[in-house]
Amino acid sequence: MSGTFVGMPAFPEAARDAVGNTTLRANLRHATHTIRDKRAKAVAELADWQQLREAGKQIKNHTLRHLERYLVQLEESVVRAGGTVHWAADADEANRIVADLVKATGEREVVKVKSMATQEIGLNEALAAEGISAYETDLAELIVQLGRDLPSHILVPAIHRNRGEIRDIFREEMGKWGRAAPDALTDSPAELAEAARLHLREKFLRAKVGVSGANFMVAETGTLVVFESEGNGRMCLTLPETLISVVGIEKVIPTWQDLEVFLQTLPRSSTAERMNPYTSMWTGTTDGDGPSVFHLVLLDNGRTDTLADEVGRQALRCIRCSACLNVCPVYERAGGHAYGSVYPGPIGAILSPQLRGTESEIDASLPYASSLCGACYEVCPVAIDIPEVLVHLRERVADRGGKGHRLEKAAMKAASWAMDRPGVMAAAERAATRTRRLHPKKVPGTGAWTDSRALPELPEKSFRDWWKGEGR
Amino acid sequence: MRVALFVTCVNDAVYPATGIATVRLLERLGVEVDFPPGQTCCGQAQFNTGYRRETEPLVRRMGAVFEGYDHVVTPSGSCAAMVRDNYPRIARKAAAEGRGTELGEIAGSLVPRLYELSEFLVDVLGVTDVGAYFPHTVTYHPSCHGLRTLGLGERPRRLLEAVKGLELRELPGAEECCGFGGTFALKNPDVSAAMGTDKVNSALTTGAEVLCGADSSCLMHLGGILRRRGDDLRPLHLAEILAGTEAEPYV
Repeated sequence: MSGTFVGMPAFPEAARDAVGNTTLRANLRHATHTIRDKRAKAVAELADWQQLREAGKQIKNHTLRHLERYLVQLEESVVRAGGTVHWAADADEANRIVADLVKATGEREVVKVKSMATQEIGLNEALAAEGISAYETDLAELIVQLGRDLPSHILVPAIHRNRGEIRDIFREEMGKWGRAAPDALTDSPAELAEAARLHLREKFLRAKVGVSGANFMVAETGTLVVFESEGNGRMCLTLPETLISVVGIEKVIPTWQDLEVFLQTLPRSSTAERMNPYTSMWTGTTDGDGPSVFHLVLLDNGRTDTLADEVGRQALRCIRCSACLNVCPVYERAGGHAYGSVYPGPIGAILSPQLRGTESEIDASLPYASSLCGACYEVCPVAIDIPEVLVHLRERVADRGGKGHRLEKAAMKAASWAMDRPGVMAAAERAATRTRRLHPKKVPGTGAWTDSRALPELPEKSFRDWWKGEGR
Repeated sequence: MRVALFVTCVNDAVYPATGIATVRLLERLGVEVDFPPGQTCCGQAQFNTGYRRETEPLVRRMGAVFEGYDHVVTPSGSCAAMVRDNYPRIARKAAAEGRGTELGEIAGSLVPRLYELSEFLVDVLGVTDVGAYFPHTVTYHPSCHGLRTLGLGERPRRLLEAVKGLELRELPGAEECCGFGGTFALKNPDVSAAMGTDKVNSALTTGAEVLCGADSSCLMHLGGILRRRGDDLRPLHLAEILAGTEAEPYV
């Protein structure tokens, strides 16, 4: 797997590879089950979890309802604090703004804090096209970048890799980008972390430009907030002279006090920690402390369209904790790459087709990449009813009548027609049971089903015929 | 008390034994059961596949067929969840699209009267010991809709625990989806089969003779995998276990 998500096959085909890859499935199963069990324990410690969940939902809903007002307030606050605000309608515009800002500094390198927004717009690739190297500094992102791989999880982008694979990537690739890994590197976590630390330290100390996203932006003060676990983010946020933050417009919250809810729910939902180890906050610029130039790029890229959809807009409440990925039985088997987006798992299945539209094969298949089991909704710290949105988006895809859906629609209409006529349904049942000895083991159209499952044998009599026969 | 059985299309056509067991069980408990023959299907497959408008005639049919009954009982968690969760949604959307309040009235009337079997037994009849006898080892798979949408909680387990002769064995990872998911099983066959195989494997670790569930579609999917592999574990609906007594064994 290398390169880009563009042109991914539809989910069922993409998932087939993962299902057949036993190493990948073992890696995923181990990692998701470990983190889901830890999360459940961390959440159970809070007696008011359901109230916190409701509060998070309400804060986000309120902000989204008045998004324009809070974004304008945020812009004023950031400018007042010495920052500059840029508005980007789409990925191209955001990438151009960032590339121009970097070029204006005369630098050819940037260090990056792990950020979903910059991945979403393909910033690293866009910068590379302009001759600028962007170095990921989050350990897992570093593994993905060095391995010329794609992220497969929101929080743990290299979740699909095991220690042995990581050691091989470090040994082969680190030297090409900076300080090489020691020859005798083993797969012990401490050695792997130390190799990454030394490799990254060089980059932190050299970089003049840092690029980040943000988990939250506080409208009243213009403060940006990043939650992280390793401290690499804080290095990028404090050492460079110029800091450029690219943030989705839905990340704004009205007040400083609103943070109290997410400070509790985000770490417990994502890493199962009571509090994340590093919470970095920055408000514009301060003389002699941290970056002297600060730019905020506010990214739309499909968010306004998503906001216009009454059912689908709840996806914008997402705080990217990835709890839904870790409990999803489909994600566990299919892996993150099958979702064809930087947002995999249940949230990706509802976010990507909304941000990107449902025209491509992969986006049209994502709303169906779920058994609607509801585990994702149950764990979501902002109560996004993911199954509801999935079914809503299925309707959108079906209405478009794309590949396979015209036939399906005809079949569904026919089924509804027959089922609205009990006589027709009873006659069909009788015809089926009378000929049941003649039924082939494989019925046309059920090939995929019968590959691994036997079809049920039809009974001698339907229930309604039994009922009638009882003389009732 | 006028009680109607909503047997569901899958049970009617493929698993009539589940419907028959439900009737025998309810009648043994003194409930007068009626089967309105105009019933067909709740529309779950259409709705979940994205054909909401196509479900509307079925919502109307459900409303008309079960009008006037004090309670409607169904031996299917997912069909009960379809009515409870999605009929109001379908009605709201129809109203928003300017097609009136008719569906809203149907949903408003039907939803509070419709019960999944274990809910009806425990909440309405107030029984957990239904006088059943089933001398076998059983493990229980609480299907997603029963577990999460309906919130059946301990009800099915309490019913099973009260069955004479029955030994209940804990199913590891019980809350995980079996991978059926309606048309999901057809649209994503590989993932669906992988999920089903894992579920079957954990059921086999219990050493139980019977894999019990309260949703025939999940049992069809798991039963299909078990039969294809030739595994010796029998899928059985909760109603079929509860229907048998010492004097009159059901299975």
